[in-house]
Amino acid sequence: MKFGVVIFPGSNCDQDAFCAVRDVLGQPVEYIWHQSTDVSGFDCIVLPGGFSYGDYLRTGAVARFSPVMNAVQDFADNGGRLIGICNGFQILCEAHLLPGALIDNNGLRFICKHVNLRVENNNTDFTNLCSEGQVLSIPIAHHGGNYYADADTLKKIEDNNQVILRYCDSAGKVTPEANPNGSLNNIAGIINDRGNVAGMMPHPERAVESILGSEDGTLILQSIVERLMA
Amino acid sequence: MAKVNVYVTLKPALLDAQGKVVQGALENLGFDSIESVRMGKFIEIEVNGGNGTLEQDVDEMCRKLLANPNIENYRYEIVKDGE
Repeated sequence: MKFGVVIFPGSNCDQDAFCAVRDVLGQPVEYIWHQSTDVSGFDCIVLPGGFSYGDYLRTGAVARFSPVMNAVQDFADNGGRLIGICNGFQILCEAHLLPGALIDNNGLRFICKHVNLRVENNNTDFTNLCSEGQVLSIPIAHHGGNYYADADTLKKIEDNNQVILRYCDSAGKVTPEANPNGSLNNIAGIINDRGNVAGMMPHPERAVESILGSEDGTLILQSIVERLMA
Repeated sequence: MAKVNVYVTLKPALLDAQGKVVQGALENLGFDSIESVRMGKFIEIEVNGGNGTLEQDVDEMCRKLLANPNIENYRYEIVKDGE
């Protein structure tokens, strides 16, 4: 199986994602340039974090129209596994591949720290190696990670178990204090209704070796391998 | 040549954190009768030629790129047309 990591102008977590897949998962991985119009041969595509197009207009708004995104859209429509991390999540929301939107943190500050995340749904392509309710320690690093969706959309994704990760305290309790950015319902990560597209603000690729402070991100990335190998 | 002014604002349901900060700063300056401050974006577009579909085109620009309908409202005015 082969992973692809898209590079947009301004991506800056592409190498972290690449190394996590190659060195920790031990899977083949290639970069995909944003001008590319062909993503055939890939089993999973990663939209990495960063500041694509300088975050101009809105985060992800311009990257969404990069040439590669037509191919990525087709890839997802055909059931390919697609995960957007941080800026990648913002791009997926702008591209309507995931519901809702990400707006500025309610404190208007860039936040870079490890957070606790509760696994809300472990029966997905992205969380199947976690146990339900497990608390993961994975870092966030964003200015615009405040998840918003209108009431109908929010109800739909909650009823559908599309919320996969929520900000919580170290005991796994979902509290307002554990919410770093104002996200509705403490939402940190979601999947689409079909279950093949995921977006999350925390960076699993930055938590894949003990020297990084946590290996919990490996559970997310390895889950994809597990499902594709099955 | 036509000139189009586009205004993009956060939907009222969303907390406008920047607006709140600016409101606080204005109140600190002594302007104590402020009800609320909401911030948005102002975009000026100059368009060459007039093929009669300008309004449709601008609307499409807003829906596709300039505003995110999930979180923002937009309006526009064509201020200079067909000179």
